[in-house]
Amino acid sequence: MSLDAILFYVFAAVAVLSAVVVVAQRNPTYSAFALIVTMASLAGIFGLLGSPLIAVLQVIVYAGAIMVLFVFVLMLLNVQEERRIEGGSPAFRWTAVGLGGLLAVQVTVVLLRATRDGPAWAAGFDASARKVAQVLFSAQYVYVFEATSILIVAALVGALTLARRTGK
Amino acid sequence: MSATQQELLIAVVKVLVIFNALLILFSFMTYVERRMLAFMQFRLGPNRTGPLGLLQPIADGIKLFFKEELMPEGANKWLFMAAPAVAVMTAFLSMAVVPWGGPVTVKGREVTLQIADLDVGILYIFAISSLGVYGIVLAGWSANNKYTLMGGLRSSAQMFSYELALGLSWVGVIMLASSFRIGDIVAAQAGGFWRWNFVTQFVGFLVYVVAATAEVNRTPFDLPEAETELVGGFHTEYSSMRFALLQMAEYVNMITVSAIGANIFFGGWLAPIPALQAPFGFDLGLLWFLLKMAAALFFFVWLRGTLTRVRYDQLMHFGWKVLVPVATLNILLTAAAVTFLR
Amino acid sequence: MGPEVVRHALVLSLLLFVIGAVGVFLRRNIITVFMCVELMLNAVNLSFIAFSRSLGTLDAQVLVFFVLTVAAAEAAVGLAIIIALHRQKDTLDVDAFSLLRW
Repeated sequence: MSLDAILFYVFAAVAVLSAVVVVAQRNPTYSAFALIVTMASLAGIFGLLGSPLIAVLQVIVYAGAIMVLFVFVLMLLNVQEERRIEGGSPAFRWTAVGLGGLLAVQVTVVLLRATRDGPAWAAGFDASARKVAQVLFSAQYVYVFEATSILIVAALVGALTLARRTGK
Repeated sequence: MSATQQELLIAVVKVLVIFNALLILFSFMTYVERRMLAFMQFRLGPNRTGPLGLLQPIADGIKLFFKEELMPEGANKWLFMAAPAVAVMTAFLSMAVVPWGGPVTVKGREVTLQIADLDVGILYIFAISSLGVYGIVLAGWSANNKYTLMGGLRSSAQMFSYELALGLSWVGVIMLASSFRIGDIVAAQAGGFWRWNFVTQFVGFLVYVVAATAEVNRTPFDLPEAETELVGGFHTEYSSMRFALLQMAEYVNMITVSAIGANIFFGGWLAPIPALQAPFGFDLGLLWFLLKMAAALFFFVWLRGTLTRVRYDQLMHFGWKVLVPVATLNILLTAAAVTFLR
Repeated sequence: MGPEVVRHALVLSLLLFVIGAVGVFLRRNIITVFMCVELMLNAVNLSFIAFSRSLGTLDAQVLVFFVLTVAAAEAAVGLAIIIALHRQKDTLDVDAFSLLRW
């Protein structure tokens, strides 16, 4: 197995383990840090799949900005550990996990059957920053790009308005 | 030995050399800072341990090693121990793409003096520095102390506010070199010091200096660490080796920021006049780079000895309302110049 | 590497998506639910990149770029809403916000 493949499986294992920690951990702060680990390992996988720009952007935007927001909110609101559901039974929890597992198994079977002949593997794949930028600013996507900047301004104004203390 | 094994060996050797170089530079910097600050303040500084006090870092290291490691009551044990580790990790990781000199030929192979020559080099540094916020936030929060929490939050808010201005100051440089690779950015500055980016991107350079100083929490932006303010900010509750790790993270960040500044604004390993690049037959690139980095580090110490501390609200106001618009304007002008003058 | 990596990446994407979905069902803290939603978005990003590598199309990379941007905007607004909710009821329990008025 080549070094790339070994790294892929290592990153994949880390991603799945920390995703389980995100979901199973009582303390939301630990969940947040586990999510950061998941995102970082996904960024590693993106890099292995030949997309260096998206890998770095994932770390900058997701792990470095969005999760900082989460961590800040968690620390400022001083969240406590989650209480167990009163009156809820473990049966409820295990049913949910079981149904999720069933969904996973079903879709995996369909997936593996659909790609039985082996998925395509593009030769000469070049997803460097220059090429991605050429597609991003081409006539097809440039208006969407400008629209996302308007979206971000709208989100900025919205977040400020919502979180503002309505001082009397 | 196969090609991959050779590459791996070269990479390992580079990692070992650069890692050790950083450690030695860090301990030397602690000594240099204390001595130079002392001279600026008309006193002598440490000059007892060893000749000229050069063994002072070793003495400090031994002292810190033997101090008692305290864990505050009610502190989150795992996060408390993980915070210095995260801080140091991100500090060292960002040095992986910084080139220390031009490519050299060793036994017929061309070897770049950087660990990883990424196509998205500059963006990688941005990514790692945005991860650096977590070390500080964790350190401040996990100690179960409201002052460290405030110090940690303030420091991390300062860091990611000025990170934006830092990134924007690089965009002008990237546009001029039309590449994210640091090697390309240095190569685009060839031809003498009038073509270095601190001349062609002067505004960007000023923004970079201010943003970099704020990013590494150095005076005049070191309010979170000011002893008179929040006792010690986010590293109050740390003692012994964990404190040493946090200090190491800060100094290595400073070294990284100096190295990047030397590379993207001062021509990296290029000599000020092309004739001085290889006057004795062999390339002096590494020497020029080290000189520029040393000048930048001296500049940081000089700032500390000269300027007073900025108040936190002044700091945030300056970062968001002055630096970001100025950097954006710089990008606009550079883009216009590149489009219409090339 | 090779084509089988694409299959395994898709399976990984599915696993992460299902783990995120189960988290959304089970967790009672709003912020954790929100984090599981972000996990699902990441899983989708991974499948986009896997397909991009497999089919050689760069449009998927651009789509991931937009997903990243929209997720950032959504996280900002969502967290602002959570802060406002916390200010009203001083709890982050999902079941506490079951009425359409305070």
